[in-house]
Amino acid sequence: MMRAYQDKNNVQKKPYYTDRFWVAPQIPKDDVESDEVFASDVKALKENFEIGEAYIQRGQLVVYINAKNNVKVLKFVKEKLQYNILSEHSAIDWLAKRGEFEIFYQLLSTCKKKRMRIKCFIKEKETLKSVTSIYKSADWAEREMYDMFGVIISGHHYMKRLLMPDDWFDYPLRKTYPLQGDEAAQWYEIDKIFGKEYRDVIGPEQRDSARIDPSDTHNFAHIKHEVPFGAKPSDKEVFTDYQEEGGVTIIRKLKKEDAKILKGRP
Amino acid sequence: MQKVNKLQPFFENLVFEREDNHMIVNFGPQHPSSHGQLRLILELDGEMVVKATPDIGYLHRGMEKMAENMIYNEFLPTTDRMDYIAATSNNYGFALAVEKLLDIEVPRRAKVIRMMLLELNRITSHLFWLACHALDIGAMTIFLYTFREREYAIDLIEDYCGARLTHSSIRIGGVPLDLPKDWIEKLQAFVDRLPADIADYEGLLDQNRIWKMRLEGVGVVTPEMAQDWGCSGPMLRGSGIAWDIRKEEPYELYDEVEFDVPVSTTCDSYGRYKLHMEEMRQSLRILKQLMPMYAQTTPEIMAHAPQYISAPKEQIMTQNYALMQHFVLVTQGMRPPVGEVYVATESPKGELGFYINSQGDPYPYRLKLRTPSFFHTAFLQELLPGHYLADVVAIIGNSNIVFGEIDR
Repeated sequence: MMRAYQDKNNVQKKPYYTDRFWVAPQIPKDDVESDEVFASDVKALKENFEIGEAYIQRGQLVVYINAKNNVKVLKFVKEKLQYNILSEHSAIDWLAKRGEFEIFYQLLSTCKKKRMRIKCFIKEKETLKSVTSIYKSADWAEREMYDMFGVIISGHHYMKRLLMPDDWFDYPLRKTYPLQGDEAAQWYEIDKIFGKEYRDVIGPEQRDSARIDPSDTHNFAHIKHEVPFGAKPSDKEVFTDYQEEGGVTIIRKLKKEDAKILKGRP
Repeated sequence: MQKVNKLQPFFENLVFEREDNHMIVNFGPQHPSSHGQLRLILELDGEMVVKATPDIGYLHRGMEKMAENMIYNEFLPTTDRMDYIAATSNNYGFALAVEKLLDIEVPRRAKVIRMMLLELNRITSHLFWLACHALDIGAMTIFLYTFREREYAIDLIEDYCGARLTHSSIRIGGVPLDLPKDWIEKLQAFVDRLPADIADYEGLLDQNRIWKMRLEGVGVVTPEMAQDWGCSGPMLRGSGIAWDIRKEEPYELYDEVEFDVPVSTTCDSYGRYKLHMEEMRQSLRILKQLMPMYAQTTPEIMAHAPQYISAPKEQIMTQNYALMQHFVLVTQGMRPPVGEVYVATESPKGELGFYINSQGDPYPYRLKLRTPSFFHTAFLQELLPGHYLADVVAIIGNSNIVFGEIDR
């Protein structure tokens, strides 16, 4: 039997049905000239730097630049164009399709009340210059980007993984990163903490958080078949004394006349 | 450096011999006032913090990865777990980003209900913030009072959507339900009651000697620092910059209601405390204006966009085509156009942004969650040095960080 083909470059979940004739519509890219402020921003950028595509999408300016100029462009944008806040900075993984990362800097100008997105591409092993000297908010954003995508940053004062442990292998937000661990992963912690010889004693790691084990009476109770904590499960039906005859399970005998019904919170 | 061993603890931060007199203290992750799982490695000179290194990741669930493997509607309940103090604001941020992506218009009644929920969430979040902040400083009483009032606000939300903490009370394209009977009257009672309570808190704290000593001049954030570190919300307004996304880039009906943007020019923790109090009053003011607006709306609560959003229940149960479309939308998910959006909303903590890159698939190609607390925590490394160890707790409490949205 042949194994079903699996794209190793993208192991993410895929839609189980795709219409062959479906052509996804595009969000319109408006001309930069349609907005005065953005038009003058792009003009100023074009005079000083080599600029790729520039357009307005859903009210925000998108400008493509050369990744080598990122520090210079952002310095210019902050000092001359008054985009004073870097609200977000991260990457998109296009390694499988184009062998590169798309980096975006989401900027905000509180005086112009405008948002701009500066984008650039870098290859997998290329280094990107850190912009922490211009916007300090890039500090953790760059660390997270390195942690999640493996984008290499130069000139950062403390380049260390941010969210994942230091010894973590691979970069979780890449499309090649598996959604579930493989055969070896279920023994990883046991091997590391106790040693390989304990594999038989402890057993593989259970990674299904929703798993219910009816034979495990330490953690689960089987309604109407309750047994003491840790005892062997039994098939016999048990009626505990708090059980109302023919009533709802586990509710004590309720007398309506004893109950006090509150209309609202006191 | 100690050799890493299987069963022996590994003291990575303990340095026993140093030339200067500095001591390194490991604050958290299990610390009652670290507001979640924040680990701070503090270098102390006597009691003065010389260097602070925040360490996060203890609550990391990989939400961005989860989003890439879920249809858009599936991801909505996950957003509850970001800022779990004010869950609706996250639901809303995500719903608005997807609506912007799809370019659909939400009915007016849904807008009013959303705004009511958002402002109620802002109030619960600020009450919770005050409670925990005061408790960290040592004022136990205020905790009990604010939690009582927060309970009333949560009751209202519970009446509406059935949940108290993880609401999921907003859908992409509108809201799932209309307001229940008598809800407006209950809201009115709450709105009438809260101003007196806020006055009580201020009576307890405003001139309180301990409160003032612990907060005044502590955690001074200059406007330059705030902008440089990407601060938003009360942290930005606390340093004199009047930037409220509700005002500057109005979404929903925020351009139709009247409210002020409070700003503090003292730049310290006490100023931010006063600012939070004023923001609650402004939220009440918005709620007051929303109640008559609700009465004037027509009953539609979900947008009409059959390609992306299921038809109302009655239509699904009576019309074949609506049912077919509903089936496809539930099993396969909607397929938004190709493109990208970044949508920022003013959550109680600051600028909550959702960046969505769609390639026309039912799953987003990339979803980046921009959360205010993440940047405020990064800021701690510059804010803490120069303060005393005791002020660290005050500053963390004052910066209103929630770990659900830092680690995501």
